[in-house]
Amino acid sequence: MRNRIARRLDRVSPSGIRKFFDLISSMEGVISLGVGEPDFATPWHITEAAIHSLGQGYTMYTSNSGMLELRREIASYLKATYNLDYDPNTELLITNGVSEGVDLAVRAILDPGDEVIMPDPCYVSYPSCVLFADGVPVHVATNSDNEFKLRAADVEARITDRTKAILIGYPANPTGAVMEMADLADIADVARRHNLLVISDEIYNLLVYEIEPTCFACLPEMKEGTILLGGFSKFYAMTGWRIGYAAASADIIAAMTRIHQYTALCAPIMGQVAAIEALRAGEEEARRMLEEYDRRRRVIVKGLNDIGLSCFEPRGAFYAFPSVTATGLSSEAFAEKLLRQEKVAVVPGSAFGECGEGHVRCCYATSLSNIEEAVTRMARFVKKHRRA
Amino acid sequence: MKKIFEILEKDARVTPEQIATMTGMSEAEVKSIIEEAEKDRIIVGYKTIINREKLEEEQVLALIEVRVQPQREVGFDAVAERIYRFPQVRSAYLVSGGYDLAVLVTGKTMREVAAFVSEKLAPLEGVQGTVTHFLLKRYKEDGEVLEGREEDKRLPLTM
Repeated sequence: MRNRIARRLDRVSPSGIRKFFDLISSMEGVISLGVGEPDFATPWHITEAAIHSLGQGYTMYTSNSGMLELRREIASYLKATYNLDYDPNTELLITNGVSEGVDLAVRAILDPGDEVIMPDPCYVSYPSCVLFADGVPVHVATNSDNEFKLRAADVEARITDRTKAILIGYPANPTGAVMEMADLADIADVARRHNLLVISDEIYNLLVYEIEPTCFACLPEMKEGTILLGGFSKFYAMTGWRIGYAAASADIIAAMTRIHQYTALCAPIMGQVAAIEALRAGEEEARRMLEEYDRRRRVIVKGLNDIGLSCFEPRGAFYAFPSVTATGLSSEAFAEKLLRQEKVAVVPGSAFGECGEGHVRCCYATSLSNIEEAVTRMARFVKKHRRA
Repeated sequence: MKKIFEILEKDARVTPEQIATMTGMSEAEVKSIIEEAEKDRIIVGYKTIINREKLEEEQVLALIEVRVQPQREVGFDAVAERIYRFPQVRSAYLVSGGYDLAVLVTGKTMREVAAFVSEKLAPLEGVQGTVTHFLLKRYKEDGEVLEGREEDKRLPLTM
């Protein structure tokens, strides 16, 4: 046999955090700011609705597109929140989280060699999914001076005749950065002029602080050219249920569904039932979680700045992305030493792209006492390593 | 103001300095709002929730249904006050339904609680009848689950 594992996989390197994972697992008393999900369990009424449905025998496949009842609820939510009209029959697809949505979206639109422009740093699966789809990720640098927003001029500079789409995700993982409607309008302008599709990962759309939620498809003339990816994982604390959705024009949804029906068949039914309950009655508890994140956000951002890890104010998601350059350590060395010496886990920014170097991702979806203890330990660490 | 109370209602030990950071207010502002609220009895007290089952000492709790003959002018309030002034009464509520006052009584033993009900509470003028429910187990108190600690079930590192 020539090669047991397909060569395609060589394009994608294994996750950069694996060794940290193993290290943490061998340690006691670690405070982890390294997670990418809420610390809250799913609101009980949502879990209870799913348990009830399981008892009723709802344990089977759903339609490939997902339960029509859920697609209808999502359509009403998008109408009520953003005044967007999507036909639940042809323009919505229920996916296994936004992760599957990203995969389907790029596979549905990319021919081999097509380029997808995305910010650097960005969520780890964007470049990987593009590579698995035989596409070419094109990274546009963003930085803390500009609060990690993607600049339209920088995007335009990277457009070639192979460019097919722009892939963005704001509020952003790992930076906590947001792009308000005016910022997004500039990107939309570039997309329109160059006839590019925009894949907009809006999994964190409702997790914003002191600003209004945004939606790329709302921008003038952008609904047709946008693949909107949304989900339930973050806002409703439902990561393990694996429910997301794609909203786009019928031709794109049909193409994504064609892949999904053979590769995933459908999203899990209990998760879909839970998502219906979340949309119908979950807002209040989700808002309470949001308020709690906001308090923690203020505490961690102040704490990090106070100890000399300068941190711009993240207005979305639940991540702070401080600079660690004051210590003279690379982000990976910082994360590893911090874990070994002070038992605080953070994710090196370099895991999210070259421009993440010099930063670490700190997730503040953890108790206030954990955040305060983590900051205390980090203060001790920074003092020891501060560059003379 | 509402934000401050929400924070304190969840954890009374959060300091004004911490509240200031969490809300974006100044520490002085937070302090003055809390002082004002204490003066106005909006903040009535700061207590600790203790799980006595973990201590050696026994504590008996009973929920007493009390039927009351309302009195002219004062309704249920006068009788309620004569009841809630007893230190054995931990909580007292006027309720709708088949009885009028729901009274939570504490004592060291069942005998002590029973004696309180039959000798002090039931004979009060205006009290028409009582039904005593001894509490067998406390699951949740003031929003806090008493048994077990919710551990973090998340993987320690995810993207």
